Amino acid sequence: MTMHAIRAYTVETRTRASTIALVVAVLIIAVAIVLPAFASRRLVQELFFILTMLTLAQFWNLLAGYGGLVSIGQQAFVGIGAYALFGSVILGAVDPLTAILIGGVAALVLAVPFAFFAFRLNGAYFAIGTWVLAEVVRLSVAQWRAVGGGTGTSLPREATDAIPFVGAIATLFDVRDPAARDILAYWLALALAVAAIGGIYWLLRTKRGLALAAIRDNSEAARSVGVDAAPIKWFVFLAAAFGTGLTGALIYLQKARISPDAAFSVNDWTAYVIFIVVIGGIGTIEGPIIGVIVFFLLQSMLAQYGTWYLIALGTIGIVVMLFAPRGIWGLISDRTGLQLFPIRRRLVVGDAFKQQSASREE
Amino acid sequence: MNWLDTIVQGVLLGGLYALFAAGLSLVFGIMRLVNLAHGDLIVLAAYLILVIVSVLGISPFLAVTIALPLMFASGYVLQRVVLNRVLGEDILPPLLVTFGISVVLQNTMQEAFSADTRRLPPGDIGTASLQVAGLNIGVMPLLTFASAVLVIVVLNQIFYRTALGRAFRATSDDATTASLMGIRPSRIFAQATGIALMIVTIAALYLGMRANFDPSIGPARLIYAFEAVIIGGLGSLWGTLAGGVIIGVAQTVGAAINPEWQILAGHVAFLLVLLVKPRGLFPRAVD
Amino acid sequence: MALLSTHGLTARYGQFQALFGVDIELGEGECVAIIGANGAGKTTLMRSISGVLRNAPASVRLRGEEIGALPADEVMKRGISMVPEGRRLFPSLTVEENLLIGGQVRKGSGYWTLERIYALFPILAERRRNAGTALSGGQQQMVAIGRALMANPDVLLCDEISLGLAPVVIKDIYKAVPLIRESGASMIVVEQDIGQALKVADRVYCMMEGRVTLSGRPEELTREAIHAAYFGVQHA
Repeated sequence: MTMHAIRAYTVETRTRASTIALVVAVLIIAVAIVLPAFASRRLVQELFFILTMLTLAQFWNLLAGYGGLVSIGQQAFVGIGAYALFGSVILGAVDPLTAILIGGVAALVLAVPFAFFAFRLNGAYFAIGTWVLAEVVRLSVAQWRAVGGGTGTSLPREATDAIPFVGAIATLFDVRDPAARDILAYWLALALAVAAIGGIYWLLRTKRGLALAAIRDNSEAARSVGVDAAPIKWFVFLAAAFGTGLTGALIYLQKARISPDAAFSVNDWTAYVIFIVVIGGIGTIEGPIIGVIVFFLLQSMLAQYGTWYLIALGTIGIVVMLFAPRGIWGLISDRTGLQLFPIRRRLVVGDAFKQQSASREE
Repeated sequence: MNWLDTIVQGVLLGGLYALFAAGLSLVFGIMRLVNLAHGDLIVLAAYLILVIVSVLGISPFLAVTIALPLMFASGYVLQRVVLNRVLGEDILPPLLVTFGISVVLQNTMQEAFSADTRRLPPGDIGTASLQVAGLNIGVMPLLTFASAVLVIVVLNQIFYRTALGRAFRATSDDATTASLMGIRPSRIFAQATGIALMIVTIAALYLGMRANFDPSIGPARLIYAFEAVIIGGLGSLWGTLAGGVIIGVAQTVGAAINPEWQILAGHVAFLLVLLVKPRGLFPRAVD
Repeated sequence: MALLSTHGLTARYGQFQALFGVDIELGEGECVAIIGANGAGKTTLMRSISGVLRNAPASVRLRGEEIGALPADEVMKRGISMVPEGRRLFPSLTVEENLLIGGQVRKGSGYWTLERIYALFPILAERRRNAGTALSGGQQQMVAIGRALMANPDVLLCDEISLGLAPVVIKDIYKAVPLIRESGASMIVVEQDIGQALKVADRVYCMMEGRVTLSGRPEELTREAIHAAYFGVQHA
């Protein structure tokens, strides 16, 4: 009896929807991998853009949605990752794929002093503080003459020609080198997006992730049960910086042309990302995925109207925040109870116990 | 190069930054709201003055008297209709909503006024200067600084000598108990934002007369304002003026060494203060 | 018609229901005490009447006007002032400013002025320039009462004004009650101290678990009845 009772309860996070979602996700990833075989170059480029924005959004969501750290300075890590790639390729003759990793590491290194200053400011002031710090980084990088100073520079032909695997991809899909470079960049963006989503999901399900949720929901109560917020915030901030730096490096490897104003643009790398997360649903993994789709659809419809596009995006963001603060995914999961990436642990009563109690009731 | 001259120019520039910062500080002090659209509202006010100047053909100083009540009304409505809804424990909604407003304002202004740089016609006063102790001091910077001091004096008078100021402080302390005194917190907040936008209008007057502006320069003004507030210490208006002066001096000294270092030097001064005194130079005792 | 009355007043905090159909009445010139243990719903009742908690319009009436759904500032303007639990002085305001803000929106044309508050509690005159929160508990309570009186209310709600104060201080504060009543204010006094409540009130309501369990004139109520209504236990 006692034995049965112990076995009878299990703690689960999985839901039926999440199991189906996992299967669907594996299928989507498989299709995405083979997609370049029949997709146009333009579609590959668009998907590259969507995937990189999705990755940036996932990391910003990790910071703000889960960590309560509303940063408006993530463009610092995009920019520094990109500049580290350009610097190591141009000055160190490193091969561009290795240089992406250097970009991530550079962002990680920058994040240490960055967080040191930013964590001295609380709440709303943290937000503007990160913005100031990103400006400092932008202005400092603009002084770096070897990579073009304020006007920027391009990746040299020899470097872009020397990217590993490009030749093989060109032969495999029977395309020219530039198209093969796009395919490689697309695969890397896909890998990065999958790794980001998988990694964040994994993190949130570990003990550290639980502590993060506890801090976000109630920092006082979390402290009283012995959860120390500081190391977790550091960890989240550094992880987000690393991922954002990798993404920045990859984006600019594909662009092959950089300037401080573009690489450290608050609009391109933070404002868009914030709107993606807010519109999709902050504090969920599903939210940024939905948000990036909405973002892309809006962009395809309105991009030719320039500023109107940003006005529309900003207005939708404001309206969502005012009337549906949990975003589109919040509306969906409220109506349907759907959870594709369940994090909440549920107590499941085992079959053995159910039968026992049922028989007792009879 | 004359160092004394550089420092005096920096101090006077600090007056402009204090004007940028006073409204931000007021709103934060009363309702703990950080308005990320603050800088864009300054630019909006500059365009409003410009429109009045060009339609009526009057001087910016006169145009500002028309712009002030209009901006007060916009602030009141903005707070009542939008911002009051997002006040609360959670800092995310106000940040994200004001960030959205910032983006919408910037792009709407670009659509309405184009990305071209504009300037408010300063008249003769723009080039006038005084000779004091061998220094050549521009009348416009002097006027800016005097206005900043005046704004702070008036704000302090309102805060500590009037019934409205009493209501501001009480509501900031405890909105529920303030409502037991017959005060409607949402109206008090709306009045505070209205006043903040009047200060923004005065800041815009000098911003527009002293230099060119375009729809994209708002965020940088927000950042200067924010730095001045943090350096001064939250809740102290005179501290905010001191913060503005520190940024101003750092910028002119930086620019004197290398013109490209102007903005960077201001930010570095801010980071140094943050490093040494994270609560600012003149923190309020109770917070 | 009663000056102030509640009719089937209910209140809830999320899932938790704090009041279950409370009916009380306050007559013109009356002083009514509400007694009950912690968690009986006394403070919730005060918060509901004062508009801090909103209710159905008809659940609270002032001279027949339905005020249950009005926000606190509107209720106050109609002549109901509250001395809130825990005093709640404004820390950024001096003693005198704390008093002034009480009469800032509604002055009424009644008895109470700054001078008369200082005459009632002379110690406050001495400390008028101090920060309100720099005072002792008893002095803070005087400020809170004076602040509410500055509006010359028709109804004064006092929530736990003796809580956490020394007996001597409590005596000092309750000395003010007769004068407050003479000035024309009707009062509802929430008290945990039964003895004090019986001494000062014309009528008493006893609450338990969100309901009125007993009411009557102090002289009508037996010790046993109060005990039963207060603790929900029958004594032999």
